[in-house]
Amino acid sequence: MEQRRAILSVQSGFLFLLPALFFIALFLVFPFLWIFYLSFTNQSLTGANAANPSFVGLANYLALFNFRNWLTPGQFGSSLIITIEFVFASALIGQVGLGLALAIAFFRHKGVLRELVYTLVILAWIIPEVVVAFAWIAFLDRDNGTLNLILSRIGLGRPDWQLEYALPSVIIFNTWRGTAFSTLLFSSALETIPPSYLETAEVAGASAWQKLRDILLPLLRGHILTDLILITLWTFNTFTPYLITNGGPAYKTEVVSIYTFRIAFQFFDFGSGAAIAVVVMLINLVLAIGYLAMLRRQAVYA
Amino acid sequence: MKKLFASIAYYAFVAFAIAFFGLPLLWLVLTPFNPRATLAVEIPASPTLDNFRAVFGNTFAVRALVQNNLILALGAMIGTTFLAALAAYALSRAQIPGRESLTYVLILFSSIVTGTAAMVPIFLIIYYMGLIDTYLGVILVFVGGLLPAAIFIMRDFVDGIPRSYEESALVAGATPRRVFLDIALPLIRPGMMVVAIWAFVQTWGAFLIPFILLRSPERMPASIAIYSFYTEAGTPNVTLVAAYSLLYAIPVLVLYLIVNWRYGFRFFGGIKR
Repeated sequence: MEQRRAILSVQSGFLFLLPALFFIALFLVFPFLWIFYLSFTNQSLTGANAANPSFVGLANYLALFNFRNWLTPGQFGSSLIITIEFVFASALIGQVGLGLALAIAFFRHKGVLRELVYTLVILAWIIPEVVVAFAWIAFLDRDNGTLNLILSRIGLGRPDWQLEYALPSVIIFNTWRGTAFSTLLFSSALETIPPSYLETAEVAGASAWQKLRDILLPLLRGHILTDLILITLWTFNTFTPYLITNGGPAYKTEVVSIYTFRIAFQFFDFGSGAAIAVVVMLINLVLAIGYLAMLRRQAVYA
Repeated sequence: MKKLFASIAYYAFVAFAIAFFGLPLLWLVLTPFNPRATLAVEIPASPTLDNFRAVFGNTFAVRALVQNNLILALGAMIGTTFLAALAAYALSRAQIPGRESLTYVLILFSSIVTGTAAMVPIFLIIYYMGLIDTYLGVILVFVGGLLPAAIFIMRDFVDGIPRSYEESALVAGATPRRVFLDIALPLIRPGMMVVAIWAFVQTWGAFLIPFILLRSPERMPASIAIYSFYTEAGTPNVTLVAAYSLLYAIPVLVLYLIVNWRYGFRFFGGIKR
C-alpha cells in the first residue's frame, strides 16, 4: 500500500495538540511529579510552614509506616486494610462477579426484562453520587429503611446497618453503584462471539454449564482481566463512601481516599497527605501497568 | 424437570436483580411527592408538589442547581469537547512521532493521578494559581482530568471519517485551520456529542473537586448545596432533600434517555472516570 500523504503537517499537528497537552501537563503530569517533592516537606496551609515549607526528609513516610500504632483504627495501615477488603469485596466479587452474571443471564435473552434490569443498573451508575448516597441512607435506615422493612417481614430482625455492619453496607452500596460498567463491558464482549461456536456446541449436546465453562468464559478471559484491573483502580480511588458514612463509625469505613481527605483537608497536613498520595499512586501505577500489559497482549492475539 | 429448575433459578436471579437495583431508587421517586415524608418508602396518599415549591424557596440551593452547576458542567463540557476534538484530529491526521503510545500514556496518567492521589497536589496548584473559590479553577481541573479519556473516545470517531473530503479541500488550497473547522468538525459532530454528554454527566454529579476547591456558599454546586436542607442539629429535612435530589438528577436522566434513544447505550473505549 502506498504511503498516504499526511493531511496535517507535523507542525500544525503539534499546534492542534498543544492546548490539550498543556492541560494534561499541568493537571496530570505536574501533580504526579510535584507530589514526590511535597511528600518530603512539612507543607501546610496555615502557620509558618505555609509560606516556607521545609524539608523533613522521610519523616512523613516514617509517621505513615509507624508500625507501633499502624493498625490502630484511624491510622494508615488500618485504612489500607479496610481499603483492601472494600476493593476485594465490592470490586472483585461484587461488580465484576455480578456484572458477569447479569451479562451472561441476559445473553441472547433480549426483551422487556433485560431492558428493565439494564436501565436500573445504568441509572444506579449515572445518577449524581450525592443523590444515590441519600437514597442509600434511606434504604439502610434502621427504623424506616426499605431493607429492614423487608428483613423484618421475613423474620430477620432490624439490624442497624450503619452501626453494626458499616463496611458491608458501603461494600454493597459500591457494588450497586458500579456494576453497570462491568455489565456493559461483558455484554458488548459477548455480542462479538460468533453464534456458530454456540450452535456447534448445542448440536454436540453441550449443557448450559458446559457452554459457559468451555466457550463463553475462555472467550471472555481477556475482558474479565481488563475489567478487573479498571474496576480495582477506580474502586481503590473512590470517595463516595464518605457521603454515606463519613468514614465512621470509629473509622470502620475509612478507606484510603477518606483517610487522605481527613489528613490533608481537616488537619491541613499536606506533607503527610502527599506521602499517602505517593503510596497510593505507586499502587495505582502497578495496577495501570498491569492493565496496559494486558491491552498489549490482547492486541497481539486480536 | 431440569429445565424447570433452570428457569426458576433464572427468574429468581432476574427478580433479585430488579429488587437489588430498583428498591434503593424507589424512595427517590416516591418521597418528593409525599407531604410528610420519612426515610420509609410510602406511596403518597395525597401526592403534592408543595415540596418542590418549598425547594424553590431556598434561593441558595436553587442558584446552586440552575447557575453554579450549569456553569461548571457546561464549562468543563465545552472545554473538554473542543480540546479533545483538536487533539484527536492531530493524532489521527498528522504523523506525530510516538502518537500511538501517547494516548495510552495519557490514559495511564489519568488513571494514576486521580481521586485520592490527586486531591492534595490539585488543591495546591489551584491555590498557588490564586484560583481557589473560582469557577475557573474547578473547570480547569475537570478539563485536565477528563481530557485523556475524551481524546481516546474521540480518536475512534476521527479515524472513522473518510479522508477524501479533507484531501480535496487541501488540493483546493484550504489552510489546515479551515480544513479542520469547515470539513472535519461537522463530520465528527456525533463523536463530539458523545464526549460532550459524557463530560457533562461526569461533572454534573461531581462532589470532591468542588468541595475542596470552592469556599463561598454562593458558588457551590448542587452536590454540596443539598446539605443546606439539613437543620442546625445535623438532621436532614427529608422531604426537601428528596425533592431537591430528584430535580438534581433530572438532567442526567434526560441525557440518558436521549443517548439511549439516539445511539443505544453502547460502549465507547471502556473508560468511565
